[in-house]
Amino acid sequence: MNVMPTQFRDPSVEEFDTRTLLKQAARQAAKRHYEDFLIVDVDAHHYETESLADIVNYIEDPVLRETARAKGGVYAGAPTLMNNLPGFQDMGGRIGRYSKRMLEKVPAAPPHRDVHLTTRWMDALGVDIVCMFPTPMLLLGLHPNVEIETALAHAYNRWLTEVILPQEPRIKSMLYLPFNDPEATYRTVKQFGGKPGVIGFMVTSARYKAVYHNDYMKTYALLEEMGKPISFHAGYNWNDPSFFQITNRFISVHALGFTFHNMIHLTNWIVNGLPDRFPKLKTIWIESGLAWVPFLMQRLDNEYMMRTSECPSLKKKPSDYIREMYFTTQPMEMVDNRKALEVTFEMLNAETQLLYSSDYPHWDMDLPCVIYDLPFLNERAKLNILGQNAVRLFNLEPRLSPAKLAAQKLRRAKARSTV
Amino acid sequence: MTEILVGRLADVRDGAVVIVSAPDVEIGVFRRGEDFYAYENVCLHQGGPVCEGLVIPKVEDVIAPDRTLQGQRFVVDEMHFVCPWHGYEYKLETGECIGEPGKRLRKFNVVQREGALYVEI
Repeated sequence: MNVMPTQFRDPSVEEFDTRTLLKQAARQAAKRHYEDFLIVDVDAHHYETESLADIVNYIEDPVLRETARAKGGVYAGAPTLMNNLPGFQDMGGRIGRYSKRMLEKVPAAPPHRDVHLTTRWMDALGVDIVCMFPTPMLLLGLHPNVEIETALAHAYNRWLTEVILPQEPRIKSMLYLPFNDPEATYRTVKQFGGKPGVIGFMVTSARYKAVYHNDYMKTYALLEEMGKPISFHAGYNWNDPSFFQITNRFISVHALGFTFHNMIHLTNWIVNGLPDRFPKLKTIWIESGLAWVPFLMQRLDNEYMMRTSECPSLKKKPSDYIREMYFTTQPMEMVDNRKALEVTFEMLNAETQLLYSSDYPHWDMDLPCVIYDLPFLNERAKLNILGQNAVRLFNLEPRLSPAKLAAQKLRRAKARSTV
Repeated sequence: MTEILVGRLADVRDGAVVIVSAPDVEIGVFRRGEDFYAYENVCLHQGGPVCEGLVIPKVEDVIAPDRTLQGQRFVVDEMHFVCPWHGYEYKLETGECIGEPGKRLRKFNVVQREGALYVEI
């Protein structure tokens, strides 16, 4: 009987560390040689509520600022400012990182804790550049007080662009737009559009505002002039009176909600002729997966052919406009649907229009292998989706991470030593 | 047959899991009472550390004879373990994937000998 030596670990006594959690992702990255090409993650997150005590200091209204500060502690302002909804993202504790990540230790020295945590998972997954979004603020569009949404959005955007983004060039963002206030939305683009690290602007889709309203046209014009895309980041509203109040399991709310709001906004965007009014304005649809896109293309084309007089601004079919839009990949539907997925990629012109996203650290995150391992994609399509489409769209400098450059250097050194 | 040493029986607490790494394979060894279960620590979904997450009983809808839903309960006779990356659940006894019963994790035989535990690979 041969007995091999082993290493032994007891996970229950280990401190939570993103690098341990994702060590298998790092092995995947090494095995596939991600160090040889750029990976841009167009949708990932941090938890801005962990820095709320700092963010509230950027609120300009002195009364609201003091009201938010009065709560004190690390969650200063949270009950006043944040819009909380029921939801079970952590699946009753099954996704342990939701509760444990607050305990993760990082060096006391700069950069900011969020930068430490973010670059840890980026390096594990093989991501070079990330577009980072907040998390609880994804539901801020449902806050009953528009002034609070606007105030918090402004404070967060200031904190992000003054504190976080300058500390790490690998981290970018599309800034939060307080879309319930059209004038504040316009001012946000004007004020922040030229800031380093700001690659576009983002509307949280869980809200009840019409994208076609005339009040938004000057914002779209400004975005187009600046060359900054507008994105719509999916969310959900379990209190939605239309039908979510009759769903009793979170799986239903999440599966449908994360597509529902984007379907409405995209439909409104197209049937009101916005792509032709703003032909250079790029739109990105984030975190709704991909399965909804062929449905919408087919459904809208079929209806349009019979109801052209209701969309007189359109010069081509709705699917032709959709094919020119951008979509992030996550959460990519991949269960027993290989043929459907391949057709989906063809229909939405994935090679040029699809943008890889992880959504890390959320529960349904996708590793780069979901694209890299697809057998129906050629090498160029993979590299495009994993990073080159984002480089082109956001005009990014395609710089590999220090970890990848080090991996390349090590590989070259090993090759020389074996010669 | 090659064996890898896990450790002493006492090193694996009841209800817990330990991870042992040998060249080319990493294995999670679970203990439940006097029973041990060992699986390759790679989730069938996207390759996550499947053995390092929560161990939790199966959840069942309680359906009354009149077919109304009366709530949910834990089935403590069927323990599952959950991949911490995305929540894929597996049966502790067999390594079977709950969402897709035809698929299961690579299982290894656990051997007890002179107070020590080994896994056959």
